[in-house]
Amino acid sequence: MKRLVLFVALLALLPGAVLPAQQPAQPPSAQEDFVPVSALPQAEQLPAAPLLIAAYAFVWVAIMVYVWLLWKRMTKLERELADLQRRVPKR
Amino acid sequence: MSRAFVPLVLIAMVLFASAPLIVANAPPEQTMGLVQKIFYYHVPSAMLMFVSAFVCGIASAVFLFRRSAAADRVALAAGELVVLFGLIVLVTGPLWARKAWGVWWEWDARLTSSLLLWMIYLAYLLVRRFGGPGSEKLAGAMALFGMANVPFVYVSVNWWRTLHPKTSVVMSLAPGMRATFWFCVAAFAVLYVLLLTLRKRLEDRQAMVDELYLALEE
Repeated sequence: MKRLVLFVALLALLPGAVLPAQQPAQPPSAQEDFVPVSALPQAEQLPAAPLLIAAYAFVWVAIMVYVWLLWKRMTKLERELADLQRRVPKR
Repeated sequence: MSRAFVPLVLIAMVLFASAPLIVANAPPEQTMGLVQKIFYYHVPSAMLMFVSAFVCGIASAVFLFRRSAAADRVALAAGELVVLFGLIVLVTGPLWARKAWGVWWEWDARLTSSLLLWMIYLAYLLVRRFGGPGSEKLAGAMALFGMANVPFVYVSVNWWRTLHPKTSVVMSLAPGMRATFWFCVAAFAVLYVLLLTLRKRLEDRQAMVDELYLALEE
């Protein structure tokens, strides 16, 4: 009996779960008023300049860090090479 | 060091120092305004990411089929530059998208395929670094796979519906924007050649050091 009640209850719930997904999307309601940008909350007023500066700064920093790393590795290798050339007998 | 290296450094420095001024003078875009100027560094970086993936792929093919150690060193240098320029693309893109689309990231075809391309080359570098002896062959195959992905990343904006601007944007730029854009492309291209030369030279030195260590052991 319990199983039958559970089965009926599931059957009753099923259309409720499926139907909302099948309903066509409602068109957005017509805009009733215009909101000036200055009236938007602070979080939604997104200035472009910090994003632009951040992008350009990142490019410069990334390239400078890469060049610095290359330079460091090159200096170390040149030193190692000079040391090895001294140690290896000339053939 | 080759004779072309010092003039190349000077040209790159002049181009890069003047690029922000030229970009500042470019006309602002009608709807996006100031944030559109990220485009002048973002797109040349993306172009060089693609070029570098091709350099890495072709050099890897030469290494795999002709056993050329010099080609393998070019491939490694170019692979590292794919990751560098890819990182610039993946950071500057979301900074633009936050203002233009209202979101930092969208899992659309162009953004996702660009991220995957970058991850393939990151994996390439990790295999080269930690794969042990013989890993350069596996890495070479990965570079070929990465190169094969580039055309799909490029046309993804035309084939699928994406938020990302289409490839036609570059060819339809207004005159003031066009000159600035190609100036930035030239600046990045010179920088790319410079970095590739420097990185390849580092690998040449590393090969000499390895050879000398072997000679010492004998």
